[in-house]
Amino acid sequence: MTRWRIARLIARKDLRIEWRSRVLINQVLPFAGVTMVMFAFALDATSVLERVAPGLIWLATLFSLLILVQRSFGVEADDGALDALRVAGIDPIGIFWGKALALAVQLAVLEIVLLVAAILLYGAVVPLGGVVLLVTTLVTATGGLACVGTLYGGLTAGFSGRETLLPLLVLPVVAPVLIGATRAVEAALGTGGVALSEGWPWIGLLAVFAVAFGVGGALAFGPLIDESN
Amino acid sequence: MTTTSDTLTDAPAPARRRGTGTPATRALGIATIVAMGWLVAFGLGFSPADRDQEEAVRILYVHVPTVWLAYLAFVVAALCSGLYLFTKKHSLGFDRVAGASAEIGVVFMALTLVSGMLWGRITWGVFWQWDARLTTTAFLFVTYVGYLAVRNLGGSHRQRARRSAVIGLLAVVEIPLVHFSVEMWRSLHQEASVANPTGGTKMDGLMLFSLFVGVVAFTLLYVWLLLHRTRGMAMQDLIEDRGLDSALADRRSEGAMS
Amino acid sequence: MSALIDNAGYIYGAYAITFAVVGSFAWRAIRHGHRLGEEIDDADKYWT
Repeated sequence: MTRWRIARLIARKDLRIEWRSRVLINQVLPFAGVTMVMFAFALDATSVLERVAPGLIWLATLFSLLILVQRSFGVEADDGALDALRVAGIDPIGIFWGKALALAVQLAVLEIVLLVAAILLYGAVVPLGGVVLLVTTLVTATGGLACVGTLYGGLTAGFSGRETLLPLLVLPVVAPVLIGATRAVEAALGTGGVALSEGWPWIGLLAVFAVAFGVGGALAFGPLIDESN
Repeated sequence: MTTTSDTLTDAPAPARRRGTGTPATRALGIATIVAMGWLVAFGLGFSPADRDQEEAVRILYVHVPTVWLAYLAFVVAALCSGLYLFTKKHSLGFDRVAGASAEIGVVFMALTLVSGMLWGRITWGVFWQWDARLTTTAFLFVTYVGYLAVRNLGGSHRQRARRSAVIGLLAVVEIPLVHFSVEMWRSLHQEASVANPTGGTKMDGLMLFSLFVGVVAFTLLYVWLLLHRTRGMAMQDLIEDRGLDSALADRRSEGAMS
Repeated sequence: MSALIDNAGYIYGAYAITFAVVGSFAWRAIRHGHRLGEEIDDADKYWT
């Protein structure tokens, strides 16, 4: 079985589980929505909200990412499925990319919903010229987040007491994504008078990040989930 | 050093009192204390006040050594992580040195942040600035706190070693990414470059000497701490292995009896 | 002169905190070593 075939199978499995249980739709999206409302309570002024909307979108994404990752590996840990895959000799790189792909799809849905929420709740406006930058940001940022989430999710999955470690490990690592994606979306939306052209260097950063963790994560995933001696 | 004698056979039982100290570490420890004494004498006493920073420069004689040694400690940890993973023997000794070094690095980094905040309060009037270097330093600190947490996840020593080594090497990838993104971020705000603690200051002879004493003192301290902590971890691993062995032996004897 | 008096607290504080933390870390490392050292034969210790 090629890695790509393994990845597709695993991604399809994860997404099918998600579709049947509807955890994303029923729990994670509402959580993200509540977070956006909470931000409004905390930040009070409408002018402030519009100015920081891009940052809030990505903050809400990061917090929801933690939940999605726990979920992604929770379904494996319950029946020891991940160990079973490893023992069966399935290429861990394929497993990594498969789970990352499924995670990325869920993240993308989440981010689109959050963008809509920002438009509705914070008065954010999407100029036509910024759409390409916006979509590119979504793709590159999501790729990086999905890879990091899958990597550290695999490490902290399973044994009790390990899940609490996930936020501490993930959030510092995804700081570049938070910085880059926020700045790029600011440029795309023109918030704070930022010019569109200023967003593209950040795409470079996001792309490097995604590639670094796409490759590095795939290589590290095997040793990290291997519970054998 | 005392030996206890076995009353039945009069053969001396093996002496088992010693801790992690050896004559070498004792000498090293004394040298460290002497150097620290010199540091306090020169740092707080003999060296002059700076022309611009005035007395605040004295904090730098501990602040700069701790940050340099923290970086050194993290480099050693990353090196040993690589050596553990990529050498044929996969010697656990490398894993223990990496863990001990990271521990010391976290402590030194915390001290760096604290002394830096106190220095900043005097010179800038604020405890913190969101500039590239400070932010990256704070991230480095949090990243290695995470590394230490991963080391305590449990499992066998080999699992711990493998996990930590991978995470340790990933940190080497993460840190430049964080640094670069924070630099890009802060350059947007076109701030007047924050005073580089040592770079901007014109250090005269005695000041430079005090800094040198500080670096020497903390380097001696680092080596001393590294030796003691690595040996302590080796003993810990040995005891844990024994605990496991005796538990297995108990289980087997239970099986034999039933 | 007043600069030293105003800032003396921060300067001495920085040194004090540094040495206090370092000292306690060193102390605990030594104590840990002694405690564990009593349970293991010296023959098993690679530094003796």
